[in-house]
Amino acid sequence: MNARQVVVVGYGMAGARFAEEVRRRDPDATRVALTVLGAEAHPAYNRVLLSGVLAGSLTQDAVRLHDDTWAERQRVDLRTGLAAQRIDVGGRKVELADGGVLGYDALVLATGSRAWVPPTEGLLDGSGALADGVAVFRTLDDCRRILAAARPGAPVAVLGGGLLGLEAARGLAGRGHPVTVVHPVDHLMERQLDVGCGRVLARTLGRLGIAVRLNVRATRHVPGRGLVLSDGSEVPAELVVVSAGVRAETGLAVAAGLAVDRGVLVDDELRTSDEHVRAIGDCAQHAGTAGGLVQPAWDQAAVLADLLTGADPAARYRGTPVVTRLKARDVDLAALGDVHVDVDEPDAEVLCLQDPSRGRYAKLVLRDERVAGAIVLGAPDAAATITQLYDRGAPAPSDRLALLLGRALPAGGAASPADLPSSALVCRCNTVTKGQLVTAWRAGACGVAALRETTRASTGCGSCETTVRGIADWLARTEPAAKTATATTSSGRAAS
Amino acid sequence: MAQRTSADGASALTATHCPYCALQCGMSLAVSDVPAPGRPSAPPPAVTVTPRDFPTNRGGLCQKGWTAARVLTAPGRLMEPLLRLARGAPPRPVTWDAALDHVAGRLRQIRADHGPDAVAVLGGGGLTNEKTYALGKFARVALGTSQIDYNGRFCMSSAAAAGIRAFGLDRGLPFPVTDLDGADAVLLVGANVAETMPPFTRHLRRAVDNGGLVVVDPRRTATAEQAALHLQPTPGTDLALALGMLHAAVADGHLDHAYLAERTAGFDEVWRIAARWWPERVERVTGVAAADQRAAVRILARADSAYVLTARGAEQHASGVDTASAWINLALALGLPGRRGSGFGCLTGQGNGQGGREHGQKADQLPGYRRIDDPAARAHVAEVWGVDPAELPGPGRSAYELLDALGAPDGPRALLVFGTNVAVSAPRAGHVVQRLAALDLLVVADVVLSETAELADVVLPVTQWAEEEGTLTNLEGRVLLRRRALDPPTGVRTDLDVLHGLAVRLGQPAARFPTDAETVFEELRRASAGGPADYSGVTWERLRAGEQLHWPVPAPDHPGTPRLFLDRFAHPDGRARLAAVDHRGPAEPPDDDYPLHATTGRVLQHYQSGAQTRRVPELVAAVPESFVEVHPDTAARAGLADGELTRVVSRRGSAVARVRYVPSMRQDTVFLPFHFAADRRANLVTNPALDPVSRMPEFKVCAVRLEPVRAEHPSRTPASHPHPNFAGHPHPDLAGHPHPSPAGHPHPSQDGGTR
Repeated sequence: MNARQVVVVGYGMAGARFAEEVRRRDPDATRVALTVLGAEAHPAYNRVLLSGVLAGSLTQDAVRLHDDTWAERQRVDLRTGLAAQRIDVGGRKVELADGGVLGYDALVLATGSRAWVPPTEGLLDGSGALADGVAVFRTLDDCRRILAAARPGAPVAVLGGGLLGLEAARGLAGRGHPVTVVHPVDHLMERQLDVGCGRVLARTLGRLGIAVRLNVRATRHVPGRGLVLSDGSEVPAELVVVSAGVRAETGLAVAAGLAVDRGVLVDDELRTSDEHVRAIGDCAQHAGTAGGLVQPAWDQAAVLADLLTGADPAARYRGTPVVTRLKARDVDLAALGDVHVDVDEPDAEVLCLQDPSRGRYAKLVLRDERVAGAIVLGAPDAAATITQLYDRGAPAPSDRLALLLGRALPAGGAASPADLPSSALVCRCNTVTKGQLVTAWRAGACGVAALRETTRASTGCGSCETTVRGIADWLARTEPAAKTATATTSSGRAAS
Repeated sequence: MAQRTSADGASALTATHCPYCALQCGMSLAVSDVPAPGRPSAPPPAVTVTPRDFPTNRGGLCQKGWTAARVLTAPGRLMEPLLRLARGAPPRPVTWDAALDHVAGRLRQIRADHGPDAVAVLGGGGLTNEKTYALGKFARVALGTSQIDYNGRFCMSSAAAAGIRAFGLDRGLPFPVTDLDGADAVLLVGANVAETMPPFTRHLRRAVDNGGLVVVDPRRTATAEQAALHLQPTPGTDLALALGMLHAAVADGHLDHAYLAERTAGFDEVWRIAARWWPERVERVTGVAAADQRAAVRILARADSAYVLTARGAEQHASGVDTASAWINLALALGLPGRRGSGFGCLTGQGNGQGGREHGQKADQLPGYRRIDDPAARAHVAEVWGVDPAELPGPGRSAYELLDALGAPDGPRALLVFGTNVAVSAPRAGHVVQRLAALDLLVVADVVLSETAELADVVLPVTQWAEEEGTLTNLEGRVLLRRRALDPPTGVRTDLDVLHGLAVRLGQPAARFPTDAETVFEELRRASAGGPADYSGVTWERLRAGEQLHWPVPAPDHPGTPRLFLDRFAHPDGRARLAAVDHRGPAEPPDDDYPLHATTGRVLQHYQSGAQTRRVPELVAAVPESFVEVHPDTAARAGLADGELTRVVSRRGSAVARVRYVPSMRQDTVFLPFHFAADRRANLVTNPALDPVSRMPEFKVCAVRLEPVRAEHPSRTPASHPHPNFAGHPHPDLAGHPHPSPAGHPHPSQDGGTR
């Protein structure tokens, strides 16, 4: 059997992952011959980590997905710096920017998305390119552009208070820039957060040196000075980072006559309106959901690899539960599912807890005992547990508050020896309870050494020494009379 | 059973070591026939234990150690060989000659009919170095079989493979355990030392006091309770957690770049994988908060002295080697191994788990930790053994594969078992018992009638611990001498005697299989000389003189090697290797039919298959029966009350256990201790999915559901078995049927396995 010719357009997070998933299933390239086209000249990189590059915690090299020999080792015909020009779906061919033509049995569109620049005056120059002092935050090149343009200590404005905008803002603030986020809606990350959390988040960011301007639009960019806002005020900025959303890269698909809405429409087999063309990642739109996050792209890559290698012809993509996780130092925020629900909504059980002074906010929406939505800010361990419950559709624990609070739940104070129940295990190593210590004391083992000798308590790991001493002190106060009893034998046997 | 002291008189103290775990706590045994005062109702203990100040335990002992001497006088101690001539026939006491003649005769016949590989041998990590060595030699030379492996395959094999891959050499702790005393930070991964080796935690005091103890465990164990930070991952996701923490180490600037450049190789490939496991993604897979992953790494990175230690929780997985490698990668990234005051280690489980994997009872090994497929190693060992290298068999099957093949068309037809109780301790134990039943001949040498011995055609009663001499190698690679404190009961022989007796009957020269342990050790010295685990400089004389000898000890005047890798790692270029490993997840993920993860482990009061400890009244009183730890909500959903019996059901079988409500459990996870017998065996449910490299079964995670047990509970059924230990017929218990259990104490015949 000849290997099936598969051409991947796009060498980003989705395209690279798809190639890896194919080779995991078909390491010898007997079933699938892979060609990957990357429009950018540099190798694929991990877009998720760009905020780390911006923050200075990761080097540019560290975010590369593959080393130089990957393609050769993995039997992938990788062609970087080479864009696809046109798809001939009837002839099953791709025309390349260098004039070449590639035939295919299956074509995979993984063209991703691009940053959208709002029509604010002065963001673009006369030729339609970004003006001086303006950058988007989408690619590694964008990162480089931002880092090159951001003079140490210079003020920066971030246009857009969504996930990516806030990550960029946090990274730049961490580098010492005064940062102002300008957001046209009344609260930050309005798609993922409710108003209450948006407010707490803004306050948290404020403590980290990030000013937030809400409900106001930028009307004009003045190079070197900053932004003029719709209320007439100005935000001083030497650099403006635009993070106002993305648009799926669908040009090739549209030109080829494929069905396109916000993204290239695909079914559960990631198939477009042409049966030989598939699409995955940010450029694809599955069941009404357009891309934007990496996990769906990777899940799609795995399903498509199952299908195209024949590893699992029954594989289907049914969607990925969306969990939004802000990756910003000192801000721990998770949001998932449907959170735009009032606490008194009759069809749901909704809990909400606000602690703005300490930067904590938690909202939990339960339906049929399951997590239907949640926002957790400033309680990382609770966020982790709630996310797993949501991902698996597992029933929530009956103690909802404990779930919401996580480790913030007040622990019981250290009990005094008097308060310990008699059955409390004092020495785990030798299975000695408080009751056995008391019995031994009353039998004459009046003192730490005698208790140790008689019951063996604290002769294992020794971690209960303090407790044994505490019990001995307590008994010495409450039952001094026992001291007159006959001294214990030296048998060294347990009281049990 | 009169126990007499040997030469030194009735009140002499014998300085020795505990019979149980790899910590090998120092203890003294006093032998006396005088009943202990104050305990008129108990049988007079002939031997009393007192703790001894020894570096590993510092005078501490756990309850198992304190009560260890009870096993010497345990009810049901085997005193004479037992033989049954046909399956179903009652076993009869016979003389040693009759038993050994019968075994040798049957072995000869089976070999003649089916070839040498039709005879298999299974050893144990509790056997002394001398027994381990003699057993491997007996298999390869006297039986000529490749089919030998041991229960350490279920214990240390993943850690060993990962250690060799990373460092070029596997010694559990490549530093003395006392080095941990100075640690500011310790990361314990899948290690519940507060229960499995309690005195060990004495070495963690400073780390605990500093807020530097970090514990990774799906359960909030006694060890986790002491930690400043407890990471509680979903079972089977440790590898992802290690990748997330490595990612955090890079992103938060904790890499030791100079160390990586000078002393390691392979970081770049490892990073390409770890780069995809940013902590927030790992959080989703593991349930461990990204902030906690970062905090854990920060604690390690900021400490002046930090250690990463793994144990079975990380290793007993179908991806156990890669998981151990992932933790080694983290330690290397932080620059810990091979430096004074920091490091990586794995905590060996069984008493001689370290020595047991070095001297030739493993399917692929020859003494001195040599590989059996290495021509130079074969030549060296063959010369010591006085045989032609070409006669030595090649590598054989790993333990579970060996058990699985028993009685199969191309599998062994006879099995000799020394020091292990696979009917309880092997994964998918119900199936293993069926395979044992398919054998033509099963021979078990043991101290008591273990569950495996109950199935045997021939049972050979052997000496234990304080009745014999021998060396063990503890968790820090230190060779220890166990001394004899008292004479064995009449009619009981040492394993070395048994091997000698069989070898001679199989036509071997008598001198080739000495019965004196020190003589065997002298030969082991020569066989190990030049190998990775070189014992050639260790002598019993030096050990008697109290020298602290950590292998390798390549010459009699060599001081030993307490710390390995200070100058170089054991790869030819001296560099440690980071292994490019990725997360795979458990072999059997939960689904609608089996929605829970089951994990297995130990409790403080019992040891391994419960062979010894289920015979010690104090320990049985503390933990009398099996239980299953369940989150109260999970139990309630299954309709189970606290204290009620439940059946834990997997695709392979079911185990009965009493429900224990534990609010700190993850809701998706239940825990079963594996020390119990009959229908209480946790291993009736475990998954024998094997690691591709180490062949370690996945003991630590499989998919189960909980079902109520109907009214007629097993332990309430009338006693249908006669009381004597040897019930006299193939045991229905082991197929999961009821077993009498009077007064809540396990019937003696439920106990088993030893050493």
